[in-house]
Amino acid sequence: MRTSEIDKKTIYSYLEQVQDPEVPALNVIDMGIVRDVFLHDDGSLEIIITPTYSGCPAMDVISMNIRILLSTIGFKKIKITQVLSPAWTTDWMSEEGKRKLHNYGIAPPNPKQQVCSEKLFAPNEAVQCPHCDSWHTHRVSEFGSTPCKSLYVCDDCKEPFDYFKCH
Amino acid sequence: MDNQSTNQLINYILHLADDALILGHRNSEWCGHGPVLEQDIAITNISLDLIGQARNFFQYAARLINESSLPLSFGGDRGEVSEDTLAYLRDVRQFRNCLLVEQPNGDWAKTILRQFLFSSYQFYLYDQLRNSNDETLAAIAEKSLKEVTYHLRWSSEWVIRLGDGTSESHERILDAINQLWMYTDELFAPANYESRTASVKTGIDVALLRPNWEEKVKEIFVEATLPWPGAVFQQMGGKEGKHTEHLGYILAELQFMQRAYPASEW
Repeated sequence: MRTSEIDKKTIYSYLEQVQDPEVPALNVIDMGIVRDVFLHDDGSLEIIITPTYSGCPAMDVISMNIRILLSTIGFKKIKITQVLSPAWTTDWMSEEGKRKLHNYGIAPPNPKQQVCSEKLFAPNEAVQCPHCDSWHTHRVSEFGSTPCKSLYVCDDCKEPFDYFKCH
Repeated sequence: MDNQSTNQLINYILHLADDALILGHRNSEWCGHGPVLEQDIAITNISLDLIGQARNFFQYAARLINESSLPLSFGGDRGEVSEDTLAYLRDVRQFRNCLLVEQPNGDWAKTILRQFLFSSYQFYLYDQLRNSNDETLAAIAEKSLKEVTYHLRWSSEWVIRLGDGTSESHERILDAINQLWMYTDELFAPANYESRTASVKTGIDVALLRPNWEEKVKEIFVEATLPWPGAVFQQMGGKEGKHTEHLGYILAELQFMQRAYPASEW
């Protein structure tokens, strides 16, 4: 495949096939992990990615999956560059991604940064239950099954659920 | 950059990495042993953040070591240095972490206090490091600060909960202060590589962080009904590779696989 026939938009549409291994409802574009794509003159392709959290074990798998996918499509020279600044924020998650999260049973991040304040014993964020849509919920644990989530329970339908916390 | 400056910078990065790695490893020892499930998850999440930060620093140090022509012997003589060789193949004297982070977990109060004393230091450190003229260090600091903000808040709340809790929890955190306070001065006593990197605006003058740190710790101790500790004899040397006996035991566990089965991979 000649890269001259390819534009950035096409690459992005390919990358939509790469899912987050920890949250398989989302792909790397939904997550805001892919920051840029460069088609260099020598025909090589460079993908700029950023981790959600420093220790997120998914990043290595994501890099590998991006490489495998693009190789399968026919790209020969692929470079994946990880950048840390500006630091990833849930504000970069797409609206489509938030909708998918909700349908998957994970409460999407609230739009405003609330959790990262230094204030102690801050009241829980109001989070909507992804199962019954009640706002009558409370936080069980600030930390959850992955670095990006905290654990909530719904006081109406009694179901526990993950909340993708603001970051 | 001349060889000596590069050497100082590499030592400084390894110091930042080792602090995060060793505390991350200590916290990981709680995995499956936390007092309740939610706090077991919390302390291991913090562990994961710290080990992730350590990886970022180690990767940067490895790049500088490989690019330099310095006769550095990090991780044996197997050619190229990587984040793994730096973590798994250096011996005790080559580790530059402070003594505080290698202290044993003890009970929950001691683990909490260790985290609080360190997170409050790391919070102000990374806050300043964001302004480093070294772009990579500034980027790692910017990324890590968001995580440390969580760690500081979580550990502050627990210090208050324990100090202002029952007589039992109060006694236990007092005991933790007695065991750990002797390692706090070292945080603010610059090692040679810290002074040298700070003088060229790459590193941070840690002595300048002390007023903010003291103010923060005092604020939380007052809220927790804990007394401000008096002057005690201070232990130092970790940042220069002179460690307490505990680090050797940590490395024996952390490095076992790579020592027993060199270059093995998952």
